[in-house]
Amino acid sequence: MTEKIVLKGLTKRFGPLLAVDGISMTIASGEVLGFLGPNGAGKSTTMRMLAGFIEPTSGTAEICGFDVTRHPVEVKRRIGYLPEGAPAYGDMTAESYLGFIAEVRGFDGPEKRRRIDAVVDKVDLGEVLRQPIETLSKGFKRRVGLAQAMLHDPEILIMDEPTDGLDPNQKHQVRDLIREMSVDKAIIISTHILEEVEAVCSRAAIIAHGRLLADGTPEDLLARSSDYNAVVLTVDAAQEDAVRKGLEGLDAVKSIKKTKAENDTVELRIRPRKSTLIAADVADVIRARKIPVRSMFVNRGSLDEVFRKITVDDKPVDDKAGGKGDA
Amino acid sequence: MRNIRIIAKREIIGYFITPLAYIFIVIFLSLTGAFAFYIGRFFTNGQASLESFFAYHPWLYLILVPAIAMRLWAEERKTGTIEILMTLPISTTEAVLGKFLAAWGFIGIALIGTSPMWITVNVLGDPDNGVILASYLGSFLMAGAFLAIGSCISALTKNQVIAFIVAATVCFLFTMSGLELVLNFFQAWAPELLVRTVASMSFLTHFNAIMQGVIELRDLVFFASLIAFWLFVNIVVIDLKKAS
Repeated sequence: MTEKIVLKGLTKRFGPLLAVDGISMTIASGEVLGFLGPNGAGKSTTMRMLAGFIEPTSGTAEICGFDVTRHPVEVKRRIGYLPEGAPAYGDMTAESYLGFIAEVRGFDGPEKRRRIDAVVDKVDLGEVLRQPIETLSKGFKRRVGLAQAMLHDPEILIMDEPTDGLDPNQKHQVRDLIREMSVDKAIIISTHILEEVEAVCSRAAIIAHGRLLADGTPEDLLARSSDYNAVVLTVDAAQEDAVRKGLEGLDAVKSIKKTKAENDTVELRIRPRKSTLIAADVADVIRARKIPVRSMFVNRGSLDEVFRKITVDDKPVDDKAGGKGDA
Repeated sequence: MRNIRIIAKREIIGYFITPLAYIFIVIFLSLTGAFAFYIGRFFTNGQASLESFFAYHPWLYLILVPAIAMRLWAEERKTGTIEILMTLPISTTEAVLGKFLAAWGFIGIALIGTSPMWITVNVLGDPDNGVILASYLGSFLMAGAFLAIGSCISALTKNQVIAFIVAATVCFLFTMSGLELVLNFFQAWAPELLVRTVASMSFLTHFNAIMQGVIELRDLVFFASLIAFWLFVNIVVIDLKKAS
C-alpha cells in the first residue's frame, strides 16, 4: 500500500475555537501536498496533530498504518517534522544538535557520523557546523531545522513553512531538495507562497476556518480560475473590430474584453466557455482574416485568484460578522 | 533507558556550554562554605563533624534548586523546542526523567565539589564518617525532592521567573511544614491527623533524622516517593498541555 497518511474526520477544538474541522484525506508516497490557507486556517494545527505534538479532539490520523494517538512513538519514528519557525536548542552548535537528534533517532558511531555528514551536505550547512545555532542567520537556522527533519531519511516529511525567511536562492535550493526527496516519500508542506505550490507540489489543499475547501493538483485548482485558458491577444487598435467580429461566431468563446489600450494597440482577453482550450480556434480565425497580431498567449489562470475566491467566498455563514478570511 | 541517557546527556552539555554550570557551582561552594564557617561556626565549635555544614543545605537548596529547575521546561516552551523534543520518538516519561536526572546529577557534581570540607575535618580530627556519608545521601535526596517540585512547576509555565518564584514558595512550605510557625496555623482548626500529616511532610524533619546518621527506611521512602509523585504530575502536565 502506498497510502502513507490517512486522515479521517480529523478535528481539533481549543475551547470554543474549532481549529480543525473534520478533515479527511489520504496522501500517498511520491506525493508532495501543499497546505494553503490564510493565517489561522488550521494548517499548523493539522500538521502538529500528524506529528504527534497535539492530540485530535476527534477523528483519526494514521501514519504508515499507525494511529497517531495510540502509537505515538511508532508514528514519530517514521516522520521528519519541521515545526513552524524551525525551533532549535540555540546554545548548542549545529553539529552537537544534529548529533543529539541522530542519537535519539537511533544512530551511533560511524552510522551517526555518516548520517550527519550526508544531511549537512544536502542542506549545505558545512561552514557553520561549529557555531552556536542562536548566532546563525535566519536562513541557516531554517536549514538546521530541515537537516534535523531529514536526518533519518523518513518515509514521511511534514514541514511547516520550510522556505519562510529564506532568500530567493535558498528558496530555490530547498524546493529542489523537496522535489528530489519526493520520489520515495510522502511530503506535506504548508506555505503562503502560491508560486511554491506550482513549483514543488503535486497536490494542493486549500484550508480555511479549519475546513478542507479544495484538494487537487495545482492544475485542477488553476482550472477554477476564470482566466484559465483565456487567450490574450495584442493587436493594432484598428483591428479590434475585425477580431471581435471574427470571434463572435465561435461557440467556445464566452467573452471578449479589452483589458488594455496603449498607443495604437489594444489587449483583448478572450475567455473560453468551460475552460476549453480555444487558442487553436482563435488562431484559425485570425489567420483566415489575415489580422496582424503583435502578441498572443494563453493565460494559465492564477492560483492567487483561485485562492482568494475559495477562501473568501466560501466563508462559513456563522462567521460573517468576524470579518475573517482575508488572505 | 537509552533515550533517557541521550536526553540527560544533551541537558548536561547544555549546562556546561553556558556559564550557568560554572556560576552555579562557584556560588554553591561559596555559600555552603560561608554558611558553615561564619554562621555555623565550623571552626570555633570545636567539633570534628560536618553538622554545621549540612544544617544550611535546606536553606541553600530553597533558592538554588528552583534556579536550576526553572528552565527545565519553561525554556523549552518559550523557545518552542518542546515541539522538537515531543515529536522525537521518545515518551514523555523518558523526556521528564532525562531532564530530571541531568539536573539532579549536576547538583550531585556540585555536592561532590564540597568534598574538601570532608577531607578537612578528617585531617583536623576524627569525625564519624558514617554520619557524614549519610548526611551527603540525605542532602542529595532532599535536593532531588526540591528539584522534582521545581521541574513540575516549570512545566506549567513558559515564564522562568514565575516558575522560580512558585517553585521556591512550594519548596519553602515543604521545608517549613515541621516548624511551629506553620503547624500553629493548622492546629487552630485542622484535625489532629491533618496536622500530623503536614508535620510529616517536612523536609527539615526528615533531613535532620538522616543527618543524625540514622538512615531509616521511612526517611528514604519519604524523599523517594515525593520525587516520584512530583515527576508523575510533571509527566501528566506535559502530556496535557505541551502545546499551550
